[in-house]
Amino acid sequence: MTDLANSTVHLQADSVECSRDDRLLFENLSVEVSGGEALILEGRNGTGKTTLLRILCGLRRPDEGEVRWGGVPIEECAVDFHRHMVYVGHLDGIKRELTALENLRVLQTLSGRGRYSVEEALEAVKLGGFEDIPVHFLSAGQKRRAALARLLVTDARLWVLDEPFTSLDVHGIELVESLMDAHLSAAGALVMTSHHQVHLSAGVIKRLNLSEG
Amino acid sequence: MSVWQAFIELLKRDLRLAMRRRAEIANPLLFFVMVIVLFPLGVGAEPNLLERMSAGVVWVAALLAALLTLDSIFRSDFEDGTLEQLLLSAQPLSVMVLAKVVAHWLVTGLPLLLVAPLLAMLLGMKSAAMGTLMLSLLLGTPVLSLIGAIGVALTVGLRRAGVILSLLVLPLYVPVLIFGAAAVDAAASGLPVAGQLYILAAFLAMALSLAPVAAASALRISLS
Repeated sequence: MTDLANSTVHLQADSVECSRDDRLLFENLSVEVSGGEALILEGRNGTGKTTLLRILCGLRRPDEGEVRWGGVPIEECAVDFHRHMVYVGHLDGIKRELTALENLRVLQTLSGRGRYSVEEALEAVKLGGFEDIPVHFLSAGQKRRAALARLLVTDARLWVLDEPFTSLDVHGIELVESLMDAHLSAAGALVMTSHHQVHLSAGVIKRLNLSEG
Repeated sequence: MSVWQAFIELLKRDLRLAMRRRAEIANPLLFFVMVIVLFPLGVGAEPNLLERMSAGVVWVAALLAALLTLDSIFRSDFEDGTLEQLLLSAQPLSVMVLAKVVAHWLVTGLPLLLVAPLLAMLLGMKSAAMGTLMLSLLLGTPVLSLIGAIGVALTVGLRRAGVILSLLVLPLYVPVLIFGAAAVDAAASGLPVAGQLYILAAFLAMALSLAPVAAASALRISLS
């Protein structure tokens, strides 16, 4: 399972096009991101940032074009791609009736064990002490932290994050940024959208503005 | 991290969730019991009439109770985003769908199966037909859950899916109802029931092998 050192982290969208409700969001759009790089998508509301993220992680198919992981179209290497990719979207993907511990344990079984154990990941997002409480009773920010702990429990080399800072406080944002830095320094890749200013000190930062053109 | 392990883990998760919202388990069961208990009050307590109808009534009530719960297979997972995560997990989606359907059947189908003989007795069903009733429900209710999963997977992205889900699923339920009720009727009249039960078993085999794959594809469409 630990062939990550030599597996290349490289995600490439090749001239993808997507329209929604007869409205063209983007066409002929090519982006790529490799290990150690962060791609930050910018743009006004409704310019298709989330849609592009969903295309990149394979939840949605582009109308035209192709997304490739290590040179192979993601439909053809879905299992390998999904093992090395983690997506945190607008929805937390956390069951309210379960505790953070139970939630993460299920996700870990589904996607493969990573460097951190579930307990360590919860400690890392400062949710230590809350692991046995149903998520239902946690605050919005704590819930978001539990969702972001998912980044750590699996073997993901590519993080796809849609507005990760939503409902986090200042410390939470700093914490997530430091996790991102560590991920980038470990040759991980990151694609994200954010309306906040993102302060990353490691890695190469690329920006793409979807409002232009 | 085998597929089997993931199957078990997801099954356990869904059962644990069901234990934490017990009202959802009680709801279909209560519906099932109420329909059957109210029936004699509506048509009159004539033993012969009730005994004639008992097979059909129990089966129709079971079918409607199953229909009532279908939405819960994927709806809450869709709403909180865990369904997205399931699609993006490194496991075959059809196996994950099967785990969810099995959990759904254990939570909603199995209780019906267990109380059915009691309610059938209430309607005066002959004891000779009890075994067949149980067996037909044991073969039939999983088919209802499996077929239902396809319908729910197709409609989970819609806000108000109730009517369209029934329209999609009910025609496919009809054969199960016909053969299920016919088997019990035949048993009550002392006729051989092997034919009907074999057909039900065939339905189950077909649904088990095809429905998870179909539901998985439907989910991919619904979530894109």
